[in-house]
Amino acid sequence: MTRPWEIPVTPAFEVVDVHYAYQDAPALQGLSLTIRHGERVALLGANGSGKSTLLLLLDGLHFANRGTVSAFGEVLSQARLQDDDIAFAFRRRVGLVFQNPDVQLFCPTVFDELAFGPLQLGWSKDEIRERVGATLAEFSIAHLKDRPPHRLSGGEKKRVALASVLILNPDVLLLDEPTAGLDPQSASELIDYLVKCQGSGRTVITATHDLDIVEDIADRCFVLQSGRLAASGTASEILDDAALCVSAHIAHAHYHRHGDAVDHRHHHRHTNEAAPLAGKAPRGSE
Amino acid sequence: MCEPSAIGRRRRRDGAFLDRLAGGLVRAMDHALDADDLSRRDGLLQRLDPRVKLTGLLGLIVVAVFVKSLIVLGGLFLVAVALALPSQVGLSRLARQIWLKVLAFTILIALPAIFLVPGTIVARLPILLWPVTLQGVRSAAFLLGRAETAATFALLLILTTPWPHVLKALRVFRAPIVLVAILGMTHRYIFVFLESASRMFEARRSRMVGPLSPRNRRRVATATAGALLDKALHLSTDVQSAMVSRGYRGEVRLIDDFHTTPIDGLALAGFAAIAAAALWLQA
Repeated sequence: MTRPWEIPVTPAFEVVDVHYAYQDAPALQGLSLTIRHGERVALLGANGSGKSTLLLLLDGLHFANRGTVSAFGEVLSQARLQDDDIAFAFRRRVGLVFQNPDVQLFCPTVFDELAFGPLQLGWSKDEIRERVGATLAEFSIAHLKDRPPHRLSGGEKKRVALASVLILNPDVLLLDEPTAGLDPQSASELIDYLVKCQGSGRTVITATHDLDIVEDIADRCFVLQSGRLAASGTASEILDDAALCVSAHIAHAHYHRHGDAVDHRHHHRHTNEAAPLAGKAPRGSE
Repeated sequence: MCEPSAIGRRRRRDGAFLDRLAGGLVRAMDHALDADDLSRRDGLLQRLDPRVKLTGLLGLIVVAVFVKSLIVLGGLFLVAVALALPSQVGLSRLARQIWLKVLAFTILIALPAIFLVPGTIVARLPILLWPVTLQGVRSAAFLLGRAETAATFALLLILTTPWPHVLKALRVFRAPIVLVAILGMTHRYIFVFLESASRMFEARRSRMVGPLSPRNRRRVATATAGALLDKALHLSTDVQSAMVSRGYRGEVRLIDDFHTTPIDGLALAGFAAIAAAALWLQA
């Protein structure tokens, strides 16, 4: 499935033969990929495939044990990011929304939470107040302004987490399982936002194993398996390859798609087989 | 074999044990949230610039520790009470959160001094006939008075100032960044930590089908504490990453600017006058 992509002159990110391990447990093993400016990319893979680790490396929070990660044509290294000017310039351009919003929301109020990033980057107080107000309105969370983040619902927390990163208007948005734990309405609103990013010039990299959203939010997909690149291609190419999806553990054995009817989705179960989630699948639907 | 009623009683007791733990965690969370709300209310101390408050109250704590007159110490204690009331900090809250707890802790240390410090005997303990000396009573009263007064001023500072403002004021006074960052992180984690602990106990309770022996109860408590510490460690790394990701470089920055008003000037003069009067009176 991997096919030669046209490599632009300066890609947004270039990952070359990257190895990374948590103590003795390898997370990435010789991973190489390139992400172009303005591209919407999905990182697909089962739990433990290395998606989240890759996002942490792309955000300059972890550093490769071997190999290089380059952002905007410059190698990302711990030494480079020690420099305040370089660090601020990089943080201004790249924003990461963590999977667990509790990790990301640590300020006393939602207002403070949104103001945290701009304050660190040295924006003027007036500009911060103006941008916080606009972002609160854009994300329909103005009514939560004075609430402590730990008193919010899961969906509200996720929205505040996203807003706290997007207030910086980063060139690159990294999202780790953005729809995890969201109710359908909140997930749909988030997807709508990501769809709007198409053609906006913003690079959006989403780690997910929710195949239902991939075609909406990604122009290109990378499938990771055990810290290695298993395949890459357009969303349709990846999703149409049932064997690949099953072998990469991002779909179950009965995964299938119905032609171009991408909206047609159902749960089913084959007779005489145990349902993976009892009570969810209608009996003998096929 | 146990009687059914005996098993029922044990189950209720085990349930009560986990209930107490979970209830204690929820109460701690409520208490922290309540303190956060109180710091944002409109009151005398809440209206002051945090730098003035930090300087004034810390100054009074130092004076309370070094003062050598019980009457002056009593006066400082009354000042603390007089500051608490217009700041919407009720006496019952002070009694629950500070006075009774400090009393319980300090009395253990102060009590032996009543009998052990040599001096003029003013009474004897019934039955045991241990001598109660005037100097011993004075020592115990000083220890208790200093602890209660200093703790009351400290609680007033915490209850009437949002925690981030305390941190920012500490930085204004050149407290080390590392210390301020650690204090800040501790506050940020406390809610997630309590919530996480509460969920763990609820999950444990939902799976409890039989009575727990005292040994197993201790094991549950120890295992939960260990798991929580492990979670806290992972969480601390993740939160630090999330902060760095948004540009944090170890410096505490806040949108709130400190603005001193004439009232702050008056308050600072008031704190200084009280401290000076206390030192002059005891001399």
